[in-house]
Amino acid sequence: MARIIVVTSGKGGVGKTTTSAAIAMGLAKKGHKTAVIDFDVGLRNLDLIMGCERRVVYDFINVINGEASLNQALIKDKNCNLLYILAASQTRDKDALSQEGVGKVLDDLSKDFKYIICDSPAGIERGAHLAMYFADDAFVVTNPEVSSVRDSDRMLGILSSKSRRAEQNKEPIKEYLLLTRYSPERVKLGEMLSVDDVQEILSLHLLGVIPESKSVLNASNSGIPVILDEKSDAGQAYADIVARYLGENKPHRFIDDKKGFFGKLFGGK
Amino acid sequence: MSLLDYFKTSKTSSASLAKERLQILVAHERVSNNQPMYLPQLQKELLDVIQKYVHVDKDAISVKFEQDGNQETLELNIMLPDDTTKRF
Repeated sequence: MARIIVVTSGKGGVGKTTTSAAIAMGLAKKGHKTAVIDFDVGLRNLDLIMGCERRVVYDFINVINGEASLNQALIKDKNCNLLYILAASQTRDKDALSQEGVGKVLDDLSKDFKYIICDSPAGIERGAHLAMYFADDAFVVTNPEVSSVRDSDRMLGILSSKSRRAEQNKEPIKEYLLLTRYSPERVKLGEMLSVDDVQEILSLHLLGVIPESKSVLNASNSGIPVILDEKSDAGQAYADIVARYLGENKPHRFIDDKKGFFGKLFGGK
Repeated sequence: MSLLDYFKTSKTSSASLAKERLQILVAHERVSNNQPMYLPQLQKELLDVIQKYVHVDKDAISVKFEQDGNQETLELNIMLPDDTTKRF
């Protein structure tokens, strides 16, 4: 049986797809057969972030409608042979996803894969609802910014009431906080909510902090998940998150301002 | 961040303001999101019935829904007017 992880946030543009791509690659690199599914029907982007946009022939909706088999639609990642991508449909509308259809695809994938990452669209409509419905774990991606924190809290309410686990009275979805685009310098100046502030408001288990980093845009520009940029701070932060999720004990990094006096004096970054 | 910024510290940090606003908002929204959908309608209909018999203001009635583990409580509170002549 696979473990199903939903990457969700409510708000758009906080780093769901970046996170999905990085986490999926991280788990596969650790030797676990992993599938990552784009639930953003009509606005697919995971393929672009994973660098396989020119290899999409069949998509998620084709599989649900029986127009293609799962094996035909799964795209094998070029960097890791344990990682497969299932792209969203770019042409259909979001109503093309059905709960039964999604459930069937996830069941079929569960037989063969260890982890299934569901990249949720923004908002709280059908795609977002179905991305979380079957989940075992939820990675709540949040920016240290008021609207993102508020939307994350709203998603937590939905996760606890409108999932399969909730409806069947099973153990609830395990929820984890991933704080992205974090600037320790701005936190120190009192210009940005701190990790502690966000944790206090959302009362969530912190899986990791991703610092604001140039490497994220560089990675998406080239279609290579940022976790493969092992020298970058964001890449290392995602690697830590994967390790922590798998039960390794990694102290948190990128939370404190490490810049010395001269760094502050002359600015930069 | 430049040399000038280093000496310039704002008096109230915007982060603490953000935290305060969020805490109030989130607490409020958690309560209203957990309420059953029928609550506003129930409140309106109860008020209609009570107003048939007693002169009460709209805000003299409060319906509270609370959830504590498996136990759900619906609390109805009606403030009757002090002035007995106002009653039918």
